[in-house]
Amino acid sequence: MPRKSDAAKMEEVGIEIDGDLSESDGERQAGGRGGVKGRGRGKKPASDDDDEDDEEEDEAPRGRRGANRKKPAKKRGGNDDEDESEDEPPKKKRGGAANKKRGGKAQDSDEEDSDVGKGKKGKKGGGKKGKKEEEEETKGKKGNGKGKGKDKGKDKDDDKDKKKKKKKGDSSSDSNSNSSEEEESMSEGEMARLMEEVEEKKKLIANIRNKPWRMQRRLKLLKEAQEFVDKFEGALGKGKGRKWYAYKVMMTKKWIKFQRDFENFRTACIPWERKIKEVESHFGSSVASYFIFLRWMYGMNLVLFGFTFGLVVIPEVLMGLPYGSIPRKTVPRAEQDTAQDYSVLMDFNGYCKYSVLFYGYYNDQRTVGVLKFRLPLSYLMVGIGTFGYSLMLVIRTMAKNADVGGGDGEDSDFTFAWKMFTSWDYLIGNAETADNKYASITTSFKESIVDEQENQKDENIHLRRFLRVLANFLITCSLGGSGYLIYFVVKRSQEFATRDDLSWYEKNEMEIVMSLLGLVCPPLFETIAELEDYHPRIALKWQLGRIFALFLGNLYTFLFALFDEVNTKLEEEQSIKNASIWAMKEYYANYSRLMNDSEATPPPMDPADVIRGPCWETAVGIEFVKLTVSDIQVSYLTILIGDFARAVIVRFLNYCWCWDLEAGFPSYGEFDISGNVLGLVFNQGMIWMGAFYAPGLVGINVLRLLSSMYYQCWAVMATNVPHERVFKASKSNNFYMGLLLLVLFLSLLPVVYTIMTLPPSFDCGPFSGKDKMFDIIMETIDLDLPAFMGTLFSYAANPGLIIPAVLLMVLAIYYLNSVSEAYQNSNMELKKKMKMARDEEKNRRNNADTTNQVMKDLEDLLPNRSLIPPAPPEPGQNYILMIQEPKPKPTKTKPGTAGKGVNLQKDVALASSNPNARGPVSRPPGPRGPGPGPGAGPGRGRGRGPPPR
Amino acid sequence: MGNKQTIFTDEQLDAYQVSLFSFPRLHGRYHELAPHLVPMDYTNEPDCKVPLALIVNMPELKENPFRNRIVESFSEDGMGNLSFNEFVDMFSVLSEMAPRELKAIYAFKIYDFNVDNYLCKEDLEKTLNKLTKEELTPEEVELVCEKTIEESDLDGDHKLSFADFENMISRAPDFLSTFHIRI
Repeated sequence: MPRKSDAAKMEEVGIEIDGDLSESDGERQAGGRGGVKGRGRGKKPASDDDDEDDEEEDEAPRGRRGANRKKPAKKRGGNDDEDESEDEPPKKKRGGAANKKRGGKAQDSDEEDSDVGKGKKGKKGGGKKGKKEEEEETKGKKGNGKGKGKDKGKDKDDDKDKKKKKKKGDSSSDSNSNSSEEEESMSEGEMARLMEEVEEKKKLIANIRNKPWRMQRRLKLLKEAQEFVDKFEGALGKGKGRKWYAYKVMMTKKWIKFQRDFENFRTACIPWERKIKEVESHFGSSVASYFIFLRWMYGMNLVLFGFTFGLVVIPEVLMGLPYGSIPRKTVPRAEQDTAQDYSVLMDFNGYCKYSVLFYGYYNDQRTVGVLKFRLPLSYLMVGIGTFGYSLMLVIRTMAKNADVGGGDGEDSDFTFAWKMFTSWDYLIGNAETADNKYASITTSFKESIVDEQENQKDENIHLRRFLRVLANFLITCSLGGSGYLIYFVVKRSQEFATRDDLSWYEKNEMEIVMSLLGLVCPPLFETIAELEDYHPRIALKWQLGRIFALFLGNLYTFLFALFDEVNTKLEEEQSIKNASIWAMKEYYANYSRLMNDSEATPPPMDPADVIRGPCWETAVGIEFVKLTVSDIQVSYLTILIGDFARAVIVRFLNYCWCWDLEAGFPSYGEFDISGNVLGLVFNQGMIWMGAFYAPGLVGINVLRLLSSMYYQCWAVMATNVPHERVFKASKSNNFYMGLLLLVLFLSLLPVVYTIMTLPPSFDCGPFSGKDKMFDIIMETIDLDLPAFMGTLFSYAANPGLIIPAVLLMVLAIYYLNSVSEAYQNSNMELKKKMKMARDEEKNRRNNADTTNQVMKDLEDLLPNRSLIPPAPPEPGQNYILMIQEPKPKPTKTKPGTAGKGVNLQKDVALASSNPNARGPVSRPPGPRGPGPGPGAGPGRGRGRGPPPR
Repeated sequence: MGNKQTIFTDEQLDAYQVSLFSFPRLHGRYHELAPHLVPMDYTNEPDCKVPLALIVNMPELKENPFRNRIVESFSEDGMGNLSFNEFVDMFSVLSEMAPRELKAIYAFKIYDFNVDNYLCKEDLEKTLNKLTKEELTPEEVELVCEKTIEESDLDGDHKLSFADFENMISRAPDFLSTFHIRI
């Protein structure tokens, strides 16, 4: 938000933003320059502040401090240190004047301010005044001080010392500035640096020293200071350093402004940041987390798209053979009539099928173009690289996220307080931004409230546990049931595949069952999850996991059907291959017979007429593309109908309806986080699986994600209402990432399986003619790399090497895992310690007179009884006190601190009352008088047993 | 120091610049607020004040839910009439360069609606309602206020003293970046 507001404000208000910089670049600069000086500087103001604050209380330490300060000052005094010494006097004076009263204090601050004023004067070029004048002034001041302070004798000496030194310093500085050339040259750079530093220091002091005084007072003090300042106008007024300093200041100013602009620019460059922030401010971070995930996904797909298109598609288009040159790049004659029909194209047949979008189009030439680009190799590498890159990216992101946030929720001590006092951005000057900010603050409060309520919820734990077990049981049952159903349906469909007399239902049984399951199960799970009564954030995770499990069934059936298809195609291919070879032979034989000339080369067959194999890779690719496209259509239509139409109806029919549509039954839709996230994840799985067989799929997906970002952002803002319980998403999107990783792994398997085991089609695709797809690598190694590389690879592929390597990796994983666990433990420990320390501090301050009171009573009680044996009423009183005490205490401390405070008190109270309670309870009427009395009581009551006296 | 229309003596300018975090253009802005009230010539420090109603309409403050409190806590009379000095004061405290301690003091004053030097529950409720445009239910407000006090109250008096407040705010990561107005 602040970024946005920054920008907004700058546009809106159009105010000179660097105005406020001019004064404080000194400070900036100081901040920028680290090092020893900085540290020293940091310390000085602090001590000064101390001095000012408790001047009256601790005079003695003050004096000491003054003395201390004097010492180093005296020790110094060389040429280099003249600035220092100039800086020193006011302080010494202050140290000396410490014993004065209020008035003195005011003066002190004048002097301090004067340090600063000096800088200003210097700027004006108001040089130095005569030494004499200075002396006079110092004297005047001293006199002033004398008038005020009684015990000034010592101080006077100090002042004199100082004055003397001052003189020295000034003279040296005079000589320095006016005449002596060598000195100037000697310390030119150093001087400049020193001066800057001194100046910075002063500025810093000035800034820090700005007390919450009224302007009036500040000005008055300053005015006095100004007069005092002049005499400290020393070396600083000189030309070169001055200019250099001014230049530096200017540059710092520019640099800061540049940095700010750059920061703004960078934020502006993050795509959709504004949109997502807007959604977040109205719908909470949970909904925003989906969009962030979507954006991340878009970024990843963009890179994949770059690889695929840059290394595969474009080279093929530019350098490969053109369309129609060879059979695999030509539409067969039988299909040519319909190849341009819309319905055919929408099924990705016809021209689409024989285009660069699909595997089959690519030629098996080893190299293409003048660059000798090894296209088949590149194809395989990109296919594997897609997985490699995705895996790396997902895991890297997960690791980074774990680093950033890790746990759910915030374990800060001041969640609400910070929200309350620091969430409003005072920079906001734009009405729209302000509205968004209000919304986001409200939302974030609501999120925290939900968390808090969850913490405070205390209910029947056994019932809760029982319900949770029950819910999980129910869900497992329904998952198992649907799993079996899917299995059953798939079996049946295999059975049906061999028959021809199928009814419509039997043909579509599998699809129907799958979509029914997808329709029924998620709401069912959600209903069952109500039983569990988890925090919505955790509930979302469960829901995601469960639906994910359900969708795995989907995936399973899909892959099953696909492999079926592939297998039949492979069988078919064998026969076609023979037929096609035979046809080719026939053609040539015929030709040579007709021409009667066995030498003549026959013209090549028209590529459209060549008999083709089924090319199972392209078929698989088409399957995936179709699936993706239909998924896009379905999800967009769902939004349009399910959300938009519903919102329109609810909104406008509400005027003429029997009941309140907005508050009542249909109401507006909520954004379905789990459904959308899973849709995204599974869609990505399809892309990963399909990208190898249909390089164009990645492009389609990029378009889809891009449009979906705008479309869904719009839909959510226009048609949805925030969740009933807006909850904060866990800081890291790692759960989503985990799901994605799982899907990535699952989609990796079939692809790698096909690459490794299935033979590629004989007449299409970059690997045609090879036994296995990865043979292309072997070929490259053999033909293009030097021989020793081949042997190297063969060694590397030796199981004797691979097995130890795997073992090593396993061991490394084990080691790293245990290390991380150890770190985690120590982390927890530290956290606990911090919390304890804080609670203790709180308790100590909090219960300074309550807990301690109990303890005191406790302490008092025992010795008292042993000390004053004969006082019978006393113990009695104490009993009463003891018994009553626990009650008032909790009320005295606020319930808030209850967390630790009350518990502690309770413990103490218990501990204290127990031994005593034993007395009165066992003998109710008796103990009052002589009863438990001094003799027996103490010894029995405490294990300690007070020393008998 | 380039304010062409307004007239200050050099000393005045120096004084302001030395003691402040931001000065340039401030007088211009101040003058704009009430051209008929504020003279251009400030050499003899005229005594004039601009009423609250005019100040809170500055674009910098217009959208701020605490605008009235800001102005009030900087005005000497507590009614929100600001003299130029106080006006300058305000923006110097709210400038980027003011130190955290200083900002904390004024933030405390701003959030202390009933000016009793404590942030009691009533103050917190007001703050919260202003922040959320009263969209939270009373129970939620109650809860938030309870929690806020519980989190920061160190001395157990059920309200936040300045020490409590400072202790809390000094650890807030974005206090400095949000409690800040550019002018």
